[in-house]
Amino acid sequence: MSTNFPTRAADGLRNTQQRRNLAKATNTIRGKTAKVTAELPDWEALREAGKAIKREAHAKLDQYLLQLEEMVTKAGGHVHWAADAAEAREIIVRLTRQAGTDQVIKIKSMTTDEIELNPALEEAGIRPYETDLADMIVQMAKERPSHLLVPAIHKNRVEIRDLFRAEMGEHGTGLSDRPPDLTRAARAYLRQKFMETKVAISGANFAVAETGTVGVVESEGNGRMCLTLPQVLISIMGIEKVLPRFDDLSVFLQLLPRAATGERMNPYNSLWTGVHAGDGPCEFHLVLLDNGRSKILADEVARETLHCIRCSRCLNVCPVYERAGGHAYDSMYQGPIGAIVTPQLRGLEEAGSLPYASSLCGACHEVCPVKINIPQILVHLRGRVVREGHAGKGEALAMGVAARMFGNQGALDWSLWAGRLGQKLLMRDGTLPWLPPPLSGWTLSRDFPALPEQSFRDWWQKREDK
Amino acid sequence: MRVSLFITCINDSLFPDTGRAVVRVLERLGHQVEFPLAQTCCGQMHHNSGYHDDAVGLVRRFVDTFQDAEAIVIPSTSCTAMVRGQYPYLAQHVAKDEGLLRAVEAMAPRVFEFSEFLTQKLGLSDVGAYYPHRVTYHSSCNSLRSLNLGDGPLTLLRHVSGIDLVELPNNRECCGFGGTFAVKNAETSTAMLTDKMRHILSTGAEICTAGDNSCLMHIGGGLSRQRTGVRTVHLAQILASTAEEPWA
Ligand code: SF4
Repeated sequence: MSTNFPTRAADGLRNTQQRRNLAKATNTIRGKTAKVTAELPDWEALREAGKAIKREAHAKLDQYLLQLEEMVTKAGGHVHWAADAAEAREIIVRLTRQAGTDQVIKIKSMTTDEIELNPALEEAGIRPYETDLADMIVQMAKERPSHLLVPAIHKNRVEIRDLFRAEMGEHGTGLSDRPPDLTRAARAYLRQKFMETKVAISGANFAVAETGTVGVVESEGNGRMCLTLPQVLISIMGIEKVLPRFDDLSVFLQLLPRAATGERMNPYNSLWTGVHAGDGPCEFHLVLLDNGRSKILADEVARETLHCIRCSRCLNVCPVYERAGGHAYDSMYQGPIGAIVTPQLRGLEEAGSLPYASSLCGACHEVCPVKINIPQILVHLRGRVVREGHAGKGEALAMGVAARMFGNQGALDWSLWAGRLGQKLLMRDGTLPWLPPPLSGWTLSRDFPALPEQSFRDWWQKREDK
Repeated sequence: MRVSLFITCINDSLFPDTGRAVVRVLERLGHQVEFPLAQTCCGQMHHNSGYHDDAVGLVRRFVDTFQDAEAIVIPSTSCTAMVRGQYPYLAQHVAKDEGLLRAVEAMAPRVFEFSEFLTQKLGLSDVGAYYPHRVTYHSSCNSLRSLNLGDGPLTLLRHVSGIDLVELPNNRECCGFGGTFAVKNAETSTAMLTDKMRHILSTGAEICTAGDNSCLMHIGGGLSRQRTGVRTVHLAQILASTAEEPWA
């Protein structure tokens, strides 16, 4: 895959079918979320409450995580700490092996994508089965998700039918592309997996320090099957997901579904605390993942990134995401949140083009249920890109020249004079239809206005002289 | 009132008519206008591109230039948002300079975007303008979100006599300019611009206006390239135009 956002976006832009799908899908979700958030008179207060709880949880993160560990252990669960992705993979593979199985079922989880768990399991001879419908589709197609919440948003049902026919054995034979038939096939296929698999791996939307309770919300019910049927349940969560009190859930269980899919409540809200004899899995493991999060926490401006509850609302309102598509972000975190979280997790050297993948229009900040100031963080990270030396040399040079020009009145006048002289070569009908690099991107689709003979300053001075 | 103008680098060099129009409106309303010559640029380009140390230099220059101003009026939504919204960030997190932070915070309440000055500071909705054209208004992202100008600019336009004001569909969506975004992500920016132009053309307007010449430079550059015949004009020029002295 190409290495920076602009080139990857160009692929997405040329895919007109995908652009149409995305525009339609995001537009529909936008309408729904706007409606159900507007109907709550205390929506703004809820957003503030969500932000305040996250802030509090992160201010005393060490304390709440230790409390969580204590309570999970007390309830019969086991807690594991993973400093990075490799450690988390190693823990999960080991636990799965100990259970003596060669396949696991998985509940939709971005964190397992983040640590690239599936390839690690496969390498260890363990087959992971995604059970969220869209994740299953993406997995069967050997692709990457293109949307946080609707990972297969870029696919149509004919493509899905063909995949099911190829990958589902008897359940896929002779399948039509009618949605009810597709879901029926998936259901039969997944039921079999639920019944025969001993180990399930899930993410977590929340974990409550006070009680040791872990929670997942979903809309299909497949997650609930994974949470209850297998003997061993392994949940992995980023350390930022901890909430201080059980009552805090009441805020997030309102914020998340309304912001995410425009539903008033998630159809399935599962909460579990440790293990209970004769009910559900008899073994429960919670893996707490850092993987760069404590570094984000140390940055007082970018820290808010960790408030994210992965509702994907910022993607659905983002004009850049809508056109470039999710794959342009080359990450399991796409859109505006992806543009800030991915470079912080992976480093600016590798993902330094992402903070620039935004026009800073502010639509994401306007709708985010926990009010993350994404544009501010984007600009902050751009500062780090430049400071850490990942910006182009030519650009740095041009910016330096411009800074000196603006720092000195005489130099500014001189450059305007030089510009007026230079543009004579390029001018046509009073505008400039072509400019040399790095400004050639502008004249790709836009004329540039010519410098007028008299600047405002000249006009003003003449007027004052009279 | 004594009004100090910050005309912005793009207006000064590329769109001097905007500044002239601002002067005409304010003087017509009886205000004393001044233009401190030491001003250059608010630093937005450097700031948004990540050249924060360079931007800090321009913050200091701005503060020195406008320290004693009674009211600072800026005919640009994005530059106003920069001064009011981003200067504190630069002072606090980049310069790490308490004194500078206090100075920019003390200045912020005296900084006004042009239409905001008219509607909110002066409480006006009719500035006596006459402009017999079909016009559509693009509310820039900064006007909508950073500055929360609400209906202010539209109220001013509605009170212009002779105007045929038509609503722009999908008005809340970004035009795709975004400073260096238009160059660094030229193709995505172009895709956004194409949709914006489609909406503008659907209104049948002769003129698209806004409170920011950078959006207009981008939109107008596209409209010109496509030979649409639709022009872009800054809001100040419409408000400066009168029956006796139409704005050329
Ligand atoms: S940044 Fe905000 S809007 Fe975007 S996914 Fe996270 S919580 Fe949702």
